[in-house]
Amino acid sequence: MLFVVVIYRLMNKTSMKNKQILRQGAVAAWPICLGYFPIGLALGVLAQKAGLPWWAVAMMSVMVFAGSAQFICVAMIAAGSSTAAIILTTFVVNLRHVLMSSALAVYLQGVNRKFLALYSYGVTDESFAVNLTKFREGNWGRWQALIVNHMANSVWIIATICGALIGQFVPQGALGVDYALTGMFICLLVFQLQGRIYVITGILAAGLSTSWYLLIPGDSYIVGASMSAATIGYLLKKRYRRRQ
Amino acid sequence: MTFNDYLLLFAGMGLATYLPRALPLLYLAHKKMPQWLIDWLSLIPVAILSALIAPSLLTDAATRSFTFGKLELLVAIPTLLFSLKTRSLGGTVLVGMLLYWVGGMVWG
Repeated sequence: MLFVVVIYRLMNKTSMKNKQILRQGAVAAWPICLGYFPIGLALGVLAQKAGLPWWAVAMMSVMVFAGSAQFICVAMIAAGSSTAAIILTTFVVNLRHVLMSSALAVYLQGVNRKFLALYSYGVTDESFAVNLTKFREGNWGRWQALIVNHMANSVWIIATICGALIGQFVPQGALGVDYALTGMFICLLVFQLQGRIYVITGILAAGLSTSWYLLIPGDSYIVGASMSAATIGYLLKKRYRRRQ
Repeated sequence: MTFNDYLLLFAGMGLATYLPRALPLLYLAHKKMPQWLIDWLSLIPVAILSALIAPSLLTDAATRSFTFGKLELLVAIPTLLFSLKTRSLGGTVLVGMLLYWVGGMVWG
């Protein structure tokens, strides 16, 4: 696993600073890890029921680190869909990450391409939300951000394998752990509200995405609503500035 | 499915996942971005987080219909207030979990 390599390289050059980076990354990643565990277990259970052996689940989580696409993949395998259809669906579902990577690029200006190639692997909804919030607060570096990505990835891989092997014996919904990611997203949303225009954009996005979700089949609501809301917010801000 | 079937499927899915994440970063991180793009992108996180959460609180996924007052939404309100007040990520996650757990037992 990539994470082990990263840790090894960090530890090899062990200095106080590297240990601190590791600790900061781990502290920021724990809510994601907590939230990923029950979801990964659930995915493993479903995959096992759909006939995937545990090693295929492991392979999928390593090669395709994308929770929602993996759930859809398992459902499509169970329904007997073609390989091409599953790959195309994965692409559509993950298009929203174009927006997230673009927003992250603002904080990773001039970073070497090798790092970015590794970093991109771990850009998920959750790691994006945590890292972007941290970058914006300041005092956050690319190595901390990479640790967050790969801690989340490691937990995800382990959780999905556990789910495939022993998932059916684990009780569901214990300690409200199913709400961990929702709670995390709510708080990260609050952190983003740094002025009236952000509040307006957030409310617009909520209304648009809910209506879009109800009216238009498929998964375009996330990309569609967030791009529309950001554009309206941007235009409002520009108009407001000009009037001043 | 054989090992090779899985390998082909996951390699394809992996590529379809990786490219949308990598190409914008590889391109934009080495380009001077115009100010309008930076301004627009600064609104993307709030928009995307809101667009991710809102349907999960306000709709029923099984029937894809509007629903008002499901447990996820009821718990979201005190969770939101708690995070506004404390601005603590860890605390908010734990409070949300606790309320959802207790709520689930009460409403069952």
